[in-house]
Amino acid sequence: MTAMRLSRRTMLKASAGLVIALQLPLPGRAEAAAGDAPAAPIAPNAFVRIGADDTVTVLVKHIEFGQGPFTGLSTLVAEELDADWSQMRAEHALADAALYKNLAFGVQGTGGSTAIANSYIQMRQAGAAARAMLVQAAATRWSVPAAEITVERGVLRHASGRQGRFGEFAEAAARLPVPQSVTLKDPSAFTLIGRDDGSMHKLDTPGKTNGTAQFTLDIMTPGMLTVLVARPPRFGATLTSFDDAAARAVNGVVEVKQIPSGVAIYANGTWPALKARAALAAVWDESKAEMRSTATMIEEYRALAKTPGTLAASHGDAAAAFAGGGWVIEAEYVFPYLAHAPMEPMDGYLEWDGQTARARFGSQLQTLDHATIAKVLGLPQEKVVVETLLGGGSFGRRAQGDAQFAAELAQAAKAIGPNRPVKLVWTREDDLAGGYYRSIFVHRLKGVVQDGRITGWSNTIVGQSLAVGTPFESVMVKDGVDATSVEGAREIPYDIANFHCDLHTVTSPVPVLWWRSVGHSHTGYAVECFIDELLEATGQDPVEGRLALMGSQPRLAGALRAVAQAANWSGGAVANGRARGVAAVESFGSFVAQIAEVSAGPEGPKVHKVWCAVDCGVAVNPDVIRSQIEGGIGYGLGHVLYAELDLNGGVPVQTNFDSYRSLRIHEMPEVEVVIVPSAEPPTGVGEPGVPPVGPAVANAMAKLGMGRPSRLPMVRGMV
Amino acid sequence: MAISLKVNGAAHSVDVDDDTPLLWVLRDTLGLTGTKFGCGVAQCGACTVFVNGAARRSCVLPVAAVDGEVTTIEAISGREAQAVQAAWTARDVPQCGYCQSGQVMSAVALLKEVKKPTDQDIDQAMNGNICRCATYVRIRAAIHDAARALEG
Ligand code: FES
Ligand code: FES
Repeated sequence: MTAMRLSRRTMLKASAGLVIALQLPLPGRAEAAAGDAPAAPIAPNAFVRIGADDTVTVLVKHIEFGQGPFTGLSTLVAEELDADWSQMRAEHALADAALYKNLAFGVQGTGGSTAIANSYIQMRQAGAAARAMLVQAAATRWSVPAAEITVERGVLRHASGRQGRFGEFAEAAARLPVPQSVTLKDPSAFTLIGRDDGSMHKLDTPGKTNGTAQFTLDIMTPGMLTVLVARPPRFGATLTSFDDAAARAVNGVVEVKQIPSGVAIYANGTWPALKARAALAAVWDESKAEMRSTATMIEEYRALAKTPGTLAASHGDAAAAFAGGGWVIEAEYVFPYLAHAPMEPMDGYLEWDGQTARARFGSQLQTLDHATIAKVLGLPQEKVVVETLLGGGSFGRRAQGDAQFAAELAQAAKAIGPNRPVKLVWTREDDLAGGYYRSIFVHRLKGVVQDGRITGWSNTIVGQSLAVGTPFESVMVKDGVDATSVEGAREIPYDIANFHCDLHTVTSPVPVLWWRSVGHSHTGYAVECFIDELLEATGQDPVEGRLALMGSQPRLAGALRAVAQAANWSGGAVANGRARGVAAVESFGSFVAQIAEVSAGPEGPKVHKVWCAVDCGVAVNPDVIRSQIEGGIGYGLGHVLYAELDLNGGVPVQTNFDSYRSLRIHEMPEVEVVIVPSAEPPTGVGEPGVPPVGPAVANAMAKLGMGRPSRLPMVRGMV
Repeated sequence: MAISLKVNGAAHSVDVDDDTPLLWVLRDTLGLTGTKFGCGVAQCGACTVFVNGAARRSCVLPVAAVDGEVTTIEAISGREAQAVQAAWTARDVPQCGYCQSGQVMSAVALLKEVKKPTDQDIDQAMNGNICRCATYVRIRAAIHDAARALEG
């Protein structure tokens, strides 16, 4: 680690001349500069590096995998620094929990759409502190009071006519003490935050347009071996024995080793590794493996849903409401296993010499991955460097509470011994058959309508817990209820007098994980389909009826009104063969309402257009918000329409995109996004675009007479 | 056995098995990593390259069967390529970016064939390129932008 830090510092000094960089650790604590913001250390040195060439590089503590933190966090710094957008650059910070923890988690990591929310004050403070240091350096050189210096678009000026660029003062500024407190701008003075004139291009766009962006798969180092692992065909199985004679005979294969997750093939290149793995003969012990088919599991869960589970939430007396007469309506929704299938399958690079190690990959929970790699290699954590690389998508996949991928990477390196750099690669088949799915969930709902009003609601949920057995269990599981299994279902946005929600947590050797929007990926569908059905029973309009029950939800109601206005909502009824459906879901503190326009196509619903209104507080980068909503809608829609990961006797059925069907361009609807103006602190947008699209489509299908699909995906068995 | 091929204007002799897909020759042997791996079975388009100017899925093309000059994302040039990349940048199309080399290659191939593509033309030319981030709205808009720019 020391060596890495030093070489990095040396390199920077040699190349840049500056250095507000890398004087770690840092003193100074901010005074709470705004609202209830978490007090974070003012650490411009850890977050901002200003080059002699005037470039301002933001060291981003969150992984960039398309959701926009490079641009977002750089915007926050640039705003308070009064930098010009064209001088901004971004790169990943090295893993360091003390400096780079997610203020929402306490460890370094990305998830829950928290990147902007937890960085909003911290990164602005870093920018403001860096600005103050530059100003002080200029004041000293010019012999003028600091207070008389202005900064605009990367230029420092004094009334005397003196002016200078950041680069001229970077070195002097780096020698100054970090200010103990800074004053942040009033939002009315923002020039970059919220800017929406097409000038705030994403910092990572050029490299992602010309092929130069560096992903983990692109790492090539001298002597590097490409590693594929043969893993058991069923979850929970273990290796009994293997015969590697044929594998070793493949041209380019260097070594074959047993590791805890299976048999690792080491080769000079990917193709020899693939051929050798195919030639490997392995025998697996399946005595503890999942042998069920998903069809069987679902039937078991459906039966369980008819029995009471562990109480998640209740108010009023739902049982009495159901017994008190009125029209009782029931519904059941079944959700399949889903894979994340990020475009870049899992991969990682690791080099170690027995004393120090350096891992490079798309680490999403850096602190856990860092500790895991150190533990597997038997090194103190400070001897291990984890460098985060651009991730080719994640959708939750790269954030594993059990650090399974990081562990396998370290085990692969360890098994072949020091000074043999390895690149561990998962193929698409490895990815889709590799578990860490969104759990199968079953929702059983019951509602009662009396005198034109919804008077009772109950929801029994069945599914696996993603938290049990991970470091997150103590935080997420309370009184036997994993919050992520019931979020969005145990607290619905509608005022219903008698309410009950309970949960059956089932187990399986199949590992499950958070999947873009986590619990909301199923609760959003169940709740928004069912409320729509109940409102239909009361004869109310889907928008007006929701609004009437949203008295305690002004922001969600605001988003719903905004989307109704944008779409010129008039009830959703069929016109020209097309109907419209609506849904509104709060997730991760952001409020999203969508209207989908749908017709009946040859294989099921055809979605023509989706209108979306989003209230995510202060809109830091409006165009990134729009793109995340567009992408969230496409991701959510593709899965509700087409995706399921079945097991046949425990063996995954869909193992590539020929059967794990992904949304394609001709299936992507037109999308219109309205950002609801807000002065609330910013919240995330990576996930919240996902949950409403499924139920909005289903509710339109109901208008078309197709019914709300009770089993996802909507289009099944078509591939 | 050494196999000769011409990539991005340069002649190479590579010592790999005949059945090695062009994708892995480009990436692992020649270090041209702009071309990506996404599925290995001609389903996603991440590995799209040009062979004699035509878009091909390099993940299923054995290197011994390459029957022309290969061009990868690193070396695309010409009016269409410039227009597509400019439109991609102007619209900030990429999210994770991993599929985008393939998207750009397919879009350039389309515009070389069809000067003013309709939405249906775009659907047909681009539906072999999966984008798991679902940047499709912007891909479509950027192709129309590029076509307009090429007219002018
Ligand atoms: S990698 Fe070739 S089409 Fe997917
Ligand atoms: S931009 Fe991520 S897969 Fe297309």
